[in-house]
Amino acid sequence: MGVPQAKLDATQARLAALSLPKGANWAAVARQDALSRVQAMGLPGRRDEYWKYTNPATLVQPDAPPAAVLETREPPIFAEIDRLKIVFVDGVFDAAASDDLDRSGLEIELLTDATSTDIHWARDLYGVLEARGQSPVHRPLAALNSAFANQGVVIRVTGAAACPVSLVYLRRSENSDAVIHHVIRVEEGADLTLLEDGPASARFNQVIEVDVADGGSFHHVRAQGRDHERRAATHIFARLGRESTFKSFTLSVNGALTRNEAVIELTGDNAVAHVAGAAVGDGDFHHDDTVFVTHDAVACESRQVFKKVLRNGATGVFQGKILVKADAQKTDGYQISQSLLLDEDAQFLAKPELEIYADDVACSHGSTSGAIDEDALFYLRSRGVPQAQAQDLLVLAFLAEAIDEIEDPSIAADILSRLDGWLKRHHH
Amino acid sequence: MLTIKNLHVKLEEEDKVILKGVDLTVDDGKVHAIMGPNGSGKSTLSYVLSGRDGYEVTDGTAELDGADLLAMEPEERAAAGLFLAFQYPVEIPGVGNMTFLRTAVNAQRKARGEPELSAADFLKEVRAKAKSLKIDAEMLKRPVNVGFSGGEKKRNEILQMAMLEPKMCILDETDSGLDVDAMKLVAEGVNALRGKGRSFLVITHYQRLLDHIQPDVVHIMADGRIVKTGGPELALEVETNGYAGILEETA
Repeated sequence: MGVPQAKLDATQARLAALSLPKGANWAAVARQDALSRVQAMGLPGRRDEYWKYTNPATLVQPDAPPAAVLETREPPIFAEIDRLKIVFVDGVFDAAASDDLDRSGLEIELLTDATSTDIHWARDLYGVLEARGQSPVHRPLAALNSAFANQGVVIRVTGAAACPVSLVYLRRSENSDAVIHHVIRVEEGADLTLLEDGPASARFNQVIEVDVADGGSFHHVRAQGRDHERRAATHIFARLGRESTFKSFTLSVNGALTRNEAVIELTGDNAVAHVAGAAVGDGDFHHDDTVFVTHDAVACESRQVFKKVLRNGATGVFQGKILVKADAQKTDGYQISQSLLLDEDAQFLAKPELEIYADDVACSHGSTSGAIDEDALFYLRSRGVPQAQAQDLLVLAFLAEAIDEIEDPSIAADILSRLDGWLKRHHH
Repeated sequence: MLTIKNLHVKLEEEDKVILKGVDLTVDDGKVHAIMGPNGSGKSTLSYVLSGRDGYEVTDGTAELDGADLLAMEPEERAAAGLFLAFQYPVEIPGVGNMTFLRTAVNAQRKARGEPELSAADFLKEVRAKAKSLKIDAEMLKRPVNVGFSGGEKKRNEILQMAMLEPKMCILDETDSGLDVDAMKLVAEGVNALRGKGRSFLVITHYQRLLDHIQPDVVHIMADGRIVKTGGPELALEVETNGYAGILEETA
């Protein structure tokens, strides 16, 4: 199957603007392999089935489309949470603004350092989980990331991390084009919470590879920057061992284009993977959650919970798949994607999929799209709750199932206060 | 307290006239009952007074202590002291009953320029009032009306009434779907709230609720008008003769 000429041209145009970073031999090989993958697949185009609902043009074009930097006096999220802060400005690590990486008791290194070291554990993961996630569906932007990323952190956790690791992505430039790649290894029985927040750059290409060993636990909570014009394509590739836990929640407040992909492989028996998202958008907002969960072990549980609140021309997309392999008996799979359309201009496009080869499984999925419940709104107002406040209550109630996926109450409270800010800014 | 004059109402979406000149005055501290056959306009009257969308007032007035109810938003009517106990209380998944109650109480206080109730004071009050209505802590924690039985939903309405302390309470077919025990509990809740400064309009199809909530005045409504007004004995007449007899004699 050949790659169409137009796609080859677009891919070459993008690659011409980039050069492979220098590093240790293994890293050079990994990057070269990733580059070969990109060249073989070609970057995404409008005609690709997997990009049917989201136009990848601005994510693929050689230069990042400029995006105004949001000026806000809003206090930063997660500020009150005891955390190890690692700051990137326009996609570049800022040592002065970051906490001392040695303080944590975790093994944390910059990607540049790890990929310059001849013998390093990250070798077994860098570009490896991403490459595993290229089948059965291609994710060329992730391969591009593995080839060219030179920023990011590699984290190895052997016990319970004392506090969350918090990645903060600030931006100052209107034209920044960041490519960031993190590698995380949660060892047997270990536990890590990863927080992420901020817009990162005008255009952001991010990959996180997470390997959770037997009995390990990984929690991820992300608040994407609310700069209105920013664009982002993010990928999380996770591989889960026996009795391990992976939980990821993302809040997206505005952003011209966001595509968040989560590719999760349950490879050990009794593993649990939950991936959830709440997205709220007004106007020029396009938000795409694309999730692929593969059950390849016995008695694993997976949940996908995605909620979007859309108004004034905003578009929400959900592509979610549960693939249950033949020997993944006793699988418990659940998937729900819902949108709340606050007016008639907003739209929600959903493609839920189940593909099941085992015969003893319980999988359910649902997708809905609807307006505010007028009866509920009147009921609240008849009790004296003003209309705007009543609507906010109903919006938060709609999002609750996704937000409930956040286990830590103080982190959930921060997410709720960010949502509250959006609601208050959008009262008529 | 409540003064309705010559109220004419039609459905907004179709040209159907529902209320054809309702006149009604409820004095302070009084309990009035409105009875009538199905389709007489009883529930429409309660919706129009509380400000539900979908109705157009073509003539007439409705005032609460001299304030023009029809010019107000639903939340303003509530803050002015009007309360409607719904025939079918709405389920609101995701909104906790306590959060809902506290938001409502404080929104009304704010609208009236009163200080908000502290979390501790609110909790104390709601627990005491819930107890007398046999509403347990578990019901307070659950989402509003979700998974409540018919009786629980109606008790929850009365709890809201007790917390919001309205001046004018409208009970729309509160007895529908209740067994005798549940009805007694609801009636006790209502009777405990009777007194000076608070009036009731009890809308019901059957006389049986009025055994438990004794009305001062009974109105019979038919075809969008109040066709007969009398004392409690009028409710008994309905019970004995049905609506047909009364309607014949007023026709």
